[in-house]
Amino acid sequence: MILASGVNDSIGVVVLASAVVYGTPLLYAALGELLAERSGVLNLGVEGMMLVGAVMGFWADLRTGSPTVSFIVAAVAGASMALIHAFLVITLKANQIVSGLALSIFAGAVGLSSYLANDLNVADHPARHAFASFLPNGWRTAPVVGPILFDQSALVYISWVLVLAVALYLGRTRPGLNLRAVGESPAAADAMGINVAAYRYIHTIVGGAFAGVGGAVFTLWITPQWQDGITGGAGWIAIALVIFAFWRPGFCLVGAYFFGAFSGIPFTFQARGILKSIPPELFQSLPYVMTILVLVMVSSAGARRRLGAPGALGIPYSREER
Amino acid sequence: MIRIERRLEQPRWLAVAVPLGSLVAAFVVMTLVLLATHHPPGHTFWRLLVTGFGSTFALNSTFVSATPLLFTGLCAAVAFRMQLFNIGGEGQLYAGAILGAGAGIALGNHSGWLSVPAMIGAGVVGGAALALIPGVLRAYLSTNEIITSLMLNYAAALVIDYLIFDSLSYWRDTSTPSAKVFPQGKVLPDAASWPIAHLGGIELPFGFLVAIVLALFVWVLYSRTKFGFEVRVIGDSTRAASYAGMRTRRKILAVMALSGAIAGLGGASQDGDFRHTLDPRGLTAAGYGYAGIVVAALARYNPFAVCLIAFLLGGLQNAGYALQGADFPSGLVGVLQGLILFCALGGELLTRYRLTIDRRSRRAEAVT
Repeated sequence: MILASGVNDSIGVVVLASAVVYGTPLLYAALGELLAERSGVLNLGVEGMMLVGAVMGFWADLRTGSPTVSFIVAAVAGASMALIHAFLVITLKANQIVSGLALSIFAGAVGLSSYLANDLNVADHPARHAFASFLPNGWRTAPVVGPILFDQSALVYISWVLVLAVALYLGRTRPGLNLRAVGESPAAADAMGINVAAYRYIHTIVGGAFAGVGGAVFTLWITPQWQDGITGGAGWIAIALVIFAFWRPGFCLVGAYFFGAFSGIPFTFQARGILKSIPPELFQSLPYVMTILVLVMVSSAGARRRLGAPGALGIPYSREER
Repeated sequence: MIRIERRLEQPRWLAVAVPLGSLVAAFVVMTLVLLATHHPPGHTFWRLLVTGFGSTFALNSTFVSATPLLFTGLCAAVAFRMQLFNIGGEGQLYAGAILGAGAGIALGNHSGWLSVPAMIGAGVVGGAALALIPGVLRAYLSTNEIITSLMLNYAAALVIDYLIFDSLSYWRDTSTPSAKVFPQGKVLPDAASWPIAHLGGIELPFGFLVAIVLALFVWVLYSRTKFGFEVRVIGDSTRAASYAGMRTRRKILAVMALSGAIAGLGGASQDGDFRHTLDPRGLTAAGYGYAGIVVAALARYNPFAVCLIAFLLGGLQNAGYALQGADFPSGLVGVLQGLILFCALGGELLTRYRLTIDRRSRRAEAVT
């Protein structure tokens, strides 16, 4: 046991454990964005949806203390933000990029999330419910895998189930196949009798719900409190993550933990006093710089089309104009 | 049955009616939000109006808020017109502010009037250099410029933090013991203060006038030159542009550099016109770059409309800051800006399409 705790205190294990922690909100948000993009709707408002989910989930926690209720509230909040985008780009056929940017400004750090936090008076309170691992102690203290995989909250395991569920949905079910058809070629899907608008609405809204939950992971688990702009660009990293993951849920999991590691490093290093001579800003900029670098690697690897971008991504569909 | 049909030609009156209608719709929705959260809407709007535009003092403050929005709005408009989504105006403004303040400090009080053009030049270089990173990546590796330019906003904010809070950099004031404990930027020399134009009681910042000249320049460039024509063609149809033999890659680089340069000039104007130091908290909290996107989208990328919208949203922002307090919620201005933009986007549908109520549509379809 002494040996095990020695290993578990090593920097490598701590960084990997924090990668899972900080990767979890990215994973939820990226899975949601993946669903929306697979239906052909690009939603750049992820950061805003996450923040609104974060503040509403946190408020529900202060009110009820129930994690289930809190996450449902966060999901509904994120979904209602996504509904605005869906209405604008599906029904009104507005430009998806501009509408998504509008959503991220409307809901973002200096918009609705801050307004709601102010109005609901949620600042300066700690969260009521504390997440802890429910697995047996022997598992949690197991060398290496214990802290990384087992000493985590249920949110991590739920996200794994969701990855599996989304992968099966896309690859093995009729609605999943229809969804891919809608994203690849809405005209062909329409001819098959699939309701293109309904598929796009549903998946954009579900995507928003996922983003809302991802935001609430920050306020309810990682830093259990509210501050304006608490997600710190995670929503944008999630959008990039969908591209690195080639629009596949399994790769989202790997990518989320890769970026989770870079998000967690500044905190781990600071807590341990490692590399004090290097300015903390350098570590803090890692997730952003790495996002750019990986994005460059993915885009230079060849045409995005070959990598699996949905064919109709970002293009509004109207039957009269095909 | 309501049908949506594409308009073959857009009537003149729609170009005025739709933006006005969108504005009204945004205020209606905002009224509902305020009522739902127990704030009196009439009183809130009235205070916004009076604090933003109701007096000479209000107008002077509005010019202060509008100046950066004018720069970042032009920055976004110039790039978005070519469907090049540079959302890094925020970071490019920081880069311009860093180099602009550096130039102002370096020249001191010895070079007289040279300080102002030097700061403008430094700001332009800083903003353009930062914008060229996503520009080069987009032009040569076809990397999505939206995400790269946005990530650089966060990186640039960290650079400013580092320069003032975590290092003994050239920009940081270390002259007094208290400045060593409470980090702040060096105060710029007097020669680096940009002049103010007085117009009656109204004080127009030099940066505002520069931005107006810039808007004129952008308008001439985009509507009267071959360069601008090609940019617009690329924006409307990349395929048509490549069939016509236009060099897209060079245009991407040029437009990104121009867009970043404008935002960087806005950063230098922050130093010279208003803050007179490199002010990390003030710059990063304001969110000028993001508000600039709202300005550009509402102006539909027209440089003159950018001037007007920047002034209006500047008034809104100024009033929002001035009123912020217990009974006036923070975030309200961002919500209102977002709502106006949503309504404008929705309203655009009405300029492109026509809603017709047609009872005979089924029979008409059967015939055709």
